[in-house]
Amino acid sequence: MSNAQHKEHAALANEFNKDATRVGWHDETLWWIRQKRDKAAHHLPEWEQLRNTASAIKDNVLSNLHEYLCSFEEQALRNGVQVHWAADAKEHNEIVLSIVRRHGVNRMVKSKSMLTEECHLNPYLQEHGIEVIDTDLGERIVQLAEEAPSHIVLPCIHKKKEEIGALFHEHLGTPEGNADPQFLTAAAREHLREKFLTCKVAITGVNFSVAETGEFVVCTNEGNADMGAHLSDVHIACMGIEKIIPQRKHLGVFLRLLTRSATGQPITTYSSHFRKPRPGQEMHIILVDNGRSRQLGRDEFRNSLKCIRCGACFNTCPVYRRSGGHSYHTAIAGPIGSILAPNLDMKAYADLPFASTLCGSCSNVCPVKIDIHEQLYKWRQVLVQSGYAPVVKKMGMAGMTFTLSRPALYKIAGKAARWTLGHVPFVVNNKLNPWYHQRELPEVPESSFGEWYAKNRKKKSS
Amino acid sequence: MNSRDKILAAVKANQPSWKPFPGLPDTNNAADLVSRFSETLNNIGAQVHFVNDYDEIIQLIGTIYGMSKRIIATNTLFAGIAEIQGMYSAPATLADVALMIMETTLAVAENGAIWITDDQLTERVLPFIAQHCAVIVKKEAIVADMHRAYEQIGTATYGFGSFIAGPSKTADIEQSLVLGAHGPCSMTVFIR
Repeated sequence: MSNAQHKEHAALANEFNKDATRVGWHDETLWWIRQKRDKAAHHLPEWEQLRNTASAIKDNVLSNLHEYLCSFEEQALRNGVQVHWAADAKEHNEIVLSIVRRHGVNRMVKSKSMLTEECHLNPYLQEHGIEVIDTDLGERIVQLAEEAPSHIVLPCIHKKKEEIGALFHEHLGTPEGNADPQFLTAAAREHLREKFLTCKVAITGVNFSVAETGEFVVCTNEGNADMGAHLSDVHIACMGIEKIIPQRKHLGVFLRLLTRSATGQPITTYSSHFRKPRPGQEMHIILVDNGRSRQLGRDEFRNSLKCIRCGACFNTCPVYRRSGGHSYHTAIAGPIGSILAPNLDMKAYADLPFASTLCGSCSNVCPVKIDIHEQLYKWRQVLVQSGYAPVVKKMGMAGMTFTLSRPALYKIAGKAARWTLGHVPFVVNNKLNPWYHQRELPEVPESSFGEWYAKNRKKKSS
Repeated sequence: MNSRDKILAAVKANQPSWKPFPGLPDTNNAADLVSRFSETLNNIGAQVHFVNDYDEIIQLIGTIYGMSKRIIATNTLFAGIAEIQGMYSAPATLADVALMIMETTLAVAENGAIWITDDQLTERVLPFIAQHCAVIVKKEAIVADMHRAYEQIGTATYGFGSFIAGPSKTADIEQSLVLGAHGPCSMTVFIR
């Protein structure tokens, strides 16, 4: 789902890095959230056991997904829920549009759903004359700014309160210059309450769905999913097929991990279990594949489907914190997004697995123990072998391969490099060489190891 | 082949060989459940009152919230100060509810959540649309953690159920915590 024409991560990160003060602020804010996560995790002696259990439950889910999907469908239908299947983003969007059209409405409320971002549902519906009102405060803010969320849990983490104040002044008529979070939140509450009370159709995402009972769970702190769903005549819930868990009791494991990992809270304010539509209401579930069954078949990348979208890997990632969510040019940014996106489109997202230091911090905080940094490394190999490596990298690697496989050439090249760096460093250390943008080389030695060894061995034997 | 069959066939072809699911952590820290529950509630922005009987609760509600606004309760014991929930023509008619008073039979010490299902509510939106929320919890209803909570819920056949932990909140603007995002601006928990 890419529009081919976009800048790569490094170029977009450069733009973000022009404002050093903001980068510092972004970095510190996210690190603070990471520390809150640590505090919450360390509070539970069984934390590691919980992570292992969650990961093992997900192993079971992936190994038995076909049966669980069938069971979930059967139970949901029995509960009076209408079940739809969408092979890709296009079909998902068409299903939503057909439901909305059937009810003859031209606007709807939506709570947070990364799947609908992945499917680009909002622009699709807008093209067809349907207004989508995002009701999560952060998502409403980026929607008014005509931007995409930059973080899956904290959609407007890149925005300063003054910018939000200006947006609200323009769109909601709040007084100019007022940037008080309490005041702005109250203004949004009033603005969105009117939408909740008048919209007949509500869309929500799904955090977990239970194969055994056909119910699905939606977690929010704001209560926007519940306000939308319970006030609407029609509730549409959109979920990726990997969101299934076997039994209701397994929710206990995931609800204990999710918010502690995300924000350091012990649980979200609302963990709502939807099993049947309320009397007179229509409830729809759209089960979306969009590349997930393909990822399931990739041995090395399958584990990425365990993700519960907590965002812990974003908050801990030194690259994400300093490059911002928009530099990933995909709905799900950060380390996990970088291993999910190439499955959707290898060419468009070939840059993302390289947007990492491979430090492994993401894997260490992941509540379902996805080997994120190892998958980033594996994707690099797959991308290079498939011919999708970034051009500059490809040229550099080809040059290195050529040189390293020819000992004589290697010796000459080494000598030439040492001479150049010692006498005319500006030839390589200049603006045209991207390697030097954030790096300095140490001082060059006088001789290579080969030369040193030859000389010293001679000395010893003489 | 329709999309359903196509997806299911692809999943079946690509899913790895079967792995069993594990047992759940055998946690049950039953010490100080009441004080842990009330401490957690304080940490997540809720107000806690220990009470002896309903008269005390009614008195406290009068002091905290006043009596002049629209109050809805699930329990007829509150008939003196509240409208007892009924059948409503549309959930949107509840937009002016100032306070919702509910009771729960299950509460969780580790995260301050109370469990409420639509068996107790005539409209699901009530705990969310009210400006404020009050919940009555019996001490015996408090369990240690979510594993014990789901043990208790078992195979209940609710249409809708929710764990609610404190007032509605957001920190989307520069991570400043604000209570009262879309749901109740406060939650008062009466433990008896």
